[in-house]
Parts: sequence; structure tokens; C-alpha cells
Amino acid sequence: MKVLGIETSCDETAVAVKEESRILASVVASQDEVHAPFGGVVPELAGRRHLELILPTLRAALDRAGISPDQADAIAVTSGPGLVVCLLVGLSLARALAYAFRLPLVGVNHLEGHLMAILAEKEIPFPFVGLVVSGGHTSLYIVEGWGRYRLLGQTLDDAAGEAFDKVAKLLGLPYPGGREIDALARTGDPAAVAFPRSLLKDGFKFSFSGLKTAVLRRVEQLRDLDSARADIAASFQEAVVEVLVAKALRAAREFRLPRLVVSGGVAANSRLRENMLAAGQNAGLAVHFPSLGLCTDNAAMIAHAGLERLQRGLADPADLMPRAVWPLSGVRSSHFT
Amino acid sequence: MKDQEEEVHVSESPEDTRELGRELAKRLKPGDVVALEGGLGAGKTLFVQGLAAGLGTDPGIPVTSPSYTLVHEYPGPVPLFHLDFYRLTRKESVLELGVEEYFDGGGVSAVEWAEKFAELFGPETIWVKIERNAEERRRITISTIA
Ligand SMILES: Nc1ncnc2c1ncn2[C@@H]1O[C@H](COP(=O)(O)OP(=O)(O)OP(=O)(O)O)[C@@H](O)[C@H]1O
Ligand SMILES: [Mg+2]
Repeated sequence: MKVLGIETSCDETAVAVKEESRILASVVASQDEVHAPFGGVVPELAGRRHLELILPTLRAALDRAGISPDQADAIAVTSGPGLVVCLLVGLSLARALAYAFRLPLVGVNHLEGHLMAILAEKEIPFPFVGLVVSGGHTSLYIVEGWGRYRLLGQTLDDAAGEAFDKVAKLLGLPYPGGREIDALARTGDPAAVAFPRSLLKDGFKFSFSGLKTAVLRRVEQLRDLDSARADIAASFQEAVVEVLVAKALRAAREFRLPRLVVSGGVAANSRLRENMLAAGQNAGLAVHFPSLGLCTDNAAMIAHAGLERLQRGLADPADLMPRAVWPLSGVRSSHFT
Repeated sequence: MKDQEEEVHVSESPEDTRELGRELAKRLKPGDVVALEGGLGAGKTLFVQGLAAGLGTDPGIPVTSPSYTLVHEYPGPVPLFHLDFYRLTRKESVLELGVEEYFDGGGVSAVEWAEKFAELFGPETIWVKIERNAEERRRITISTIA
């Protein structure tokens, strides 16, 4: 079965084609030549931009997969959570394709896509601890199976990825700053500044706004930012990584789960990967990260979650509507729940 | 002609700032717009956490920063729409967000980084300006129309 996946819920316009065991194509407009005609604009969430990019992105994905649209067997689309103006771009295309080629249509929760993204390339047995870290989310779950997610805790203020980008701005690094901090931190001392580790000992909740403010104060006190930049980047990154590692490992220990999956844009951070893998090894815990293209926003994870839902008979009606607010606890696992 | 009224508060702690939000919420009604200004880490999100508590939204749902997601909606006796212009650089994007629908809607809107698009706010807007004075001290000015 070939599933065409469509994602427009956030900043990225993305289309992918996925078979049971293989990703045939995964195109993300901003990382791709389809973006070029619109100039190197800073990604900014806008329905109009999705509208400009969606057809070239679809064409690129179909070309790369070597299929025509009528050769798809189903359409999966992110139907929430997110801004309705953005979701509607993907949904309109999905509904039109499903109608034109008489294909089943399935709506996917964007967060479920991230949490389960690794299963698009690898088999991981359930249950596992799932940590989703991105610009908009920092949440820890127990994943018992498709559609069976238990939220252990989430951020009370800023998401980890947001802290990365805001701190990058304080340090005068270009947007999006997550990658810049990662690179700069390699030349800095992670122990140079003792930044706060908020709520470190406090259950599964996260808080990163105090860290943001601590970096701000530090930068204001400096005479010369240029000579301190790498140390601050490394020390900030260390504070975030330490909290994420501590809480993910605690969840595995407390619930006696032998596996941990980290996903979302921040899962691309090299220090997080390194420290989480090392800590997992020490604790006898299998730690998994999706490959980079499946960490950041993409449509392959949406196609895969759609495929799983279709195999459970969970197709949606042809007039599928967007859901601005849609917590994972509201995702159905079968017709009966 | 209506008079502009300014209240100046000094907050000595994050809890003080939340409390000011809770206090302001008592005076709000559906359709009111609270525009927050103040730099990074001033305490805008914290103030909105107070607003949410004062409006009676579900305490089990944390009020988090909408900088990335742009809008958070909290149902309640008076719903709260929490918007954030931090990442937006173009007025078209702000309009596309549907700000006008939120402002006219059946809830209270609170907007972080409102000063980036000040021209979108009507004369009835309640402006909350937060200035960082010291590590834990903030000067908070609330401007309303009397
Ligand atoms: N008196 C105070 N009032 C508010 N916040 C304070 C105070 N003292 C210290 N703080 C700290 O300042 C930070 C305020 O962060 P918050 O995320 O609310 O700011 P913000 O204005 O929303 O920032 P952003 O521009 O990133 O959205 C918190 O870490 C808080 O603990
Ligand atoms: Mg904020």
C-alpha cells in the first residue's frame, strides 16, 4: 500500500510517499529546491506560503517516488493541532485528491506523528518512553501502542526548542538558532556558567523560561559577548540536555520500561543525542533517535501514522475537518475507544 | 473624551506578577483585549498565567508560551485566547492568524509582543507594559480607558 502524506500544520510544507516498509519520498519545501522560487525567506507561519508551496512540493514528492497521483492507495494528512488557516491548505489538497481518485482519507495528529516517527524507519517494540522535544512542545509520554499514549508531564512555560531559538537570538546568532547553538557549543566549555536546571528533581514537568532569563542576565552583564559566546552556548545547551536526560531516564526507571525514543526537532541536537545515548548505556536502557529527516517536521511520519490507522480501519469521512486543539489523549486507537 | 488611566505596580517576584494578572482578570469581560509589551523574559507569559487563573480556565492545563504555536485557546467560563507575535514579521501573517476574529470573539485575548503591530489594536485595548528593573523586580504599567 502506498500512502501519500501531507503536512502543513506548522512552518513546513511537506509531502511524502510511504509504503509499509519503505519511505519512497519525503520532501520538505524549505529544505528543498521547490522553495527556491520564493527566495530565501525566513520561515514564517502563513497559510498563503503553504498555498504557494504545496503543489510544487506534491509534484516533487511524486516525481521522486516515481508514481502518478492515481497510483497512491490512500491519503494521510495532518488535521491538527495547529492553526486552521495552515491546516486547511493540506486538508483541501488531501480531500481533493481523495475525491478525484476515490482514495481513503485519514487525518493524523501532528504530535502523534512526531512521537511515533521512528516507526516509519525502524521496528521498536511497545511499550516505550517517548520524549517529544520541539519548538512548540516538550512532553514525556508512555507509549503502549498506536493510539495508547499516557502523558507523564510537559513544559509549564517555554518549550526546549523555543529556549534554543530565543537564546540564539540573545547571543546574536541567526534564526533558526538551534543548529547554530549546537555548532557553536562544540567550541565552548559546558561547565563555564552554572545555569539553572529548573524542576530537575521535580517529577516529569519541565520549565525553561528561568533558564532563558538567566542567559539574558548573563549576556547583559558581559563586557565582551564575542569572547564568551561559545561558553554561554555550551553551558546553556548543557543545562537543557541535563534536564531532558534526567527526566527521560527517570521515567524509564520509575515505570520499568527498557526503551526510550526521543523525537521532534530538538532530537537533532548532537549533544542531546550523545548524552542520552551514553546515559542509556549506563542504565541498560535502549535509546533510539529517528534519523534527522524524521526529527524535524516532515510528512513521512504523517504518511506512516496514516498507514497504521488505515490498517486498523480508522479512515475518516471525505469532509474531514481541521482540529485547532487536539491533545494526544483525544486520539482514537480503534473504533471502540 | 475618554481619559487614559495608568496604574503603576512594582512586582518583586514571579508570584507577584501572576497575582497582578489574576487581579486584572476580575475586571475583564468577553471581547476585551490585553496587549503585553516588554522584552524577552520580562514576564508576559507569567502575567497571562495569572489572567488564566483569574478567568477560571482549567488549572490542569498549563498556560505555556505560544511563541511557536502562535495561538493557544483555553476554554472556561470566559475563554482565553493567548497570542504571541514574537515570530511574526509581516502584518499579513498577523491578519491571517485571524486576530480580528479573536478580538471580536466571545473571550478575552491576551497578546505578547503586541507593540510589534501596535496599529492593530483599538483604543479600548488594555496595555500592560512590563519593565525589568532588577533580577526579580519588574515595573508593570497597566493603561486602560477610564
Ligand atoms: N517579578 C517577576 N515577574 C515576572 N517574572 C519574573 C519576576 N522575577 C523573575 N522573573 C522570571 O522572569 C521570567 C519571565 O519569563 P516569561 O517567559 O514569562 O517572559 P516573557 O515576557 O513571556 O518572555 P518572552 O518574550 O520570551 O515571551 C521567568 O523565568 C520568571 O521566573
Ligand atoms: Mg512569553
